[in-house]
Amino acid sequence: MSFSVPAKLEAEIDELITHYPQKRSASLMLLHAVQEHFGYISKDAVEWIAAKLELQPINVYELVTFYPMFRQQPAGKYVLKVCRTLSCHLGGSHKLHEHFCQKLGLDSHGHGLQTTKDGKFSVEFVECLASCGTAPVMMCNEEFFEGVSNEKADQILEKCK
Amino acid sequence: MPQEYRLILKHADEPGYTPDLECYLRHGGYETLKKALAIAPKTLADGKTVSGPEQIRDDVKLSGLRGRGGAGFSCGLKWSFVDRRSGKPIYLICNADESEPGTFKDRQILHKDPHQMIEGMIISCFANDVKLAYIYIRGEFPEGARILNRALSEARAKNFLGKNILGSGYDLEIHVHRGAGAYICGEETGMIESLEGKRAYPRIKPPYFPAILGLYQCPTIVNNVETLCNVKHVVAMGGAEFSKLGTPNNTGTRIVSVSGHVKKPGYYEVEVGKATIGQLINDFAGGLRDGRKLKAVIPGGSSAKVFKAGEKFKLKKKGPDGKDIEQEVDMLDLPYDFDSLMAAGSMSGSGALIIMDDSTDIVEALANLSEFYAHESCGQCTPCREGSLWMSKALHRLTHGEGRKQDADYLVKIADNIPGGRTICAFGEACSWPVQSFVAKFKDEFVAKGEADEARRAAQNSGAGPTAELKIAASPQH
Ligand SMILES: Cc1cc2nc3c(=O)[nH]c(=O)nc-3n(C[C@H](O)[C@H](O)[C@H](O)COP(=O)(O)O)c2cc1C
Ligand code: SF4
Ligand code: FES
Repeated sequence: MSFSVPAKLEAEIDELITHYPQKRSASLMLLHAVQEHFGYISKDAVEWIAAKLELQPINVYELVTFYPMFRQQPAGKYVLKVCRTLSCHLGGSHKLHEHFCQKLGLDSHGHGLQTTKDGKFSVEFVECLASCGTAPVMMCNEEFFEGVSNEKADQILEKCK
Repeated sequence: MPQEYRLILKHADEPGYTPDLECYLRHGGYETLKKALAIAPKTLADGKTVSGPEQIRDDVKLSGLRGRGGAGFSCGLKWSFVDRRSGKPIYLICNADESEPGTFKDRQILHKDPHQMIEGMIISCFANDVKLAYIYIRGEFPEGARILNRALSEARAKNFLGKNILGSGYDLEIHVHRGAGAYICGEETGMIESLEGKRAYPRIKPPYFPAILGLYQCPTIVNNVETLCNVKHVVAMGGAEFSKLGTPNNTGTRIVSVSGHVKKPGYYEVEVGKATIGQLINDFAGGLRDGRKLKAVIPGGSSAKVFKAGEKFKLKKKGPDGKDIEQEVDMLDLPYDFDSLMAAGSMSGSGALIIMDDSTDIVEALANLSEFYAHESCGQCTPCREGSLWMSKALHRLTHGEGRKQDADYLVKIADNIPGGRTICAFGEACSWPVQSFVAKFKDEFVAKGEADEARRAAQNSGAGPTAELKIAASPQH
């Protein structure tokens, strides 16, 4: 298996496992740690996590397919998550999503994750980000933005180098 | 005009208030924990002794505190169901999933005043003899998770957590567990499965009542972030004093999230029932945008049944002679509390008002919500999995020029067949209520849209002969 986990990450993972009386409980936290490092959850990663937690690979794989935040392919360097749900919709999130798609040459009808050809950006619609009072809101990787006008959206893109 | 009453968010938005321990301690932080740990056992007249933790549980019951997560269930009663005789460990989970669309109150607490929640949580754990607890925070709050982790280590360093807390002999550990983008993790039994490292498939009750068979099949308490903060204040003030806040049976304060078409969307903490829906919209949230009229209000997060502007309700009220009198109340004059909204056929749910003005396409608004539910159904129960998808597809057609005039009835027929004991969890209700209420209250708009589409298609197809096939071109895929 070509897949290898750096020692620092593995130490972090071993510590996470101690938080739970049953190893299996750590699987979501491990998936997060692995995805943060590698950008996505590969088949090898699933097997590695399963071995680490003394599970069958299917026990881990079924989580990757269930939880929307985990992906099986690499995404763009910058992932733009635009909130789609009602309050943001009333506040113009569909226009915002369209704006990004047009600027980046993606299909504004697609709600799922789409990545630009150069692999720099991904855009997707996500459900309520719990900041409905400052609609429309979005995330760029882990950073959160509120009241995103088209101008603000352009600034966010500018900053992504 | 009622004013805000900031109990939970007292300091959160003060300039210079930071989420670190030093700041919290400067504002009297963890004093209530010390008070709780020091409560001496009490001997009753009949010779029975009541331990400190038991006294806290009684006080929480006396306070009338109701859960702030959605169901509004009595916190004291929930705690009283916990199986304390099984010999198994008791777990507590703080529900920081905040995923009900329209709701953004826990976000404020978690990011701005994490120690208040942690203090409330430690006291709640102490009261229930919990030795290991988790904060289940939604995956979309990465910064929140970091803030909590930092706060927990600060608390550990000062021995507010860990072994023999402040010399009391009580041990407790709390860990942060991150979700990963699934709404159903907010449902408490789904949350428990998720915390066990599985898909968040809610469990069937009976037998899986968390108070008896929860995490690892042990007794488990699941409470919302805001509820746990309130516990701190119950102990600080005393349950009797706390119960004077708010209105009878609807005690304390509530952080109300107001979003949508208002001038000043935001969160407003008010004594429960002391402000009406109209006051929340007009006085707190600045009213509607200029030149706009109110069309509809979703009063308790997206799952709550919608109110139509001008709707009237007959509510029972106690008259001066103590007898029930019936009173007609306009939707805007409903006190924003648990009981009045329930009496009006909806709920205050997660405390979130979504305001829609007359510029709103109501069919599109429902289509938006139904897409959410179709996306978020966990898929275990056929009526919910299929029904939520059918409703979303029908609404997608209706909003993409492919509607039919019978779609309104079709939608209600599906919605009527999902809830009512046919599904494992309350998501069945949550996905049907918006459809049932939107269509019942705005039926003409749904029918008009379907009719217009039919007329247009008929005009396009005329000349193609009576057998021309009706083609559905709208893509059902998102
Ligand atoms: C579909 C569904 C989603 C829910 N989402 C949340 C949530 O995001 N946050 C929350 O605190 N409670 C949520 N709840 C309610 C929880 O199941 C549970 O009742 C609550 O956390 C109990 O805490 P409380 O008594 O302190 O309110 C949800 C319930 C259902 C049925
Ligand atoms: S009602 Fe829906 S969300 Fe709840 S368990 Fe059944 S399928 Fe899952
Ligand atoms: S609807 Fe967008 S944050 Fe809630």
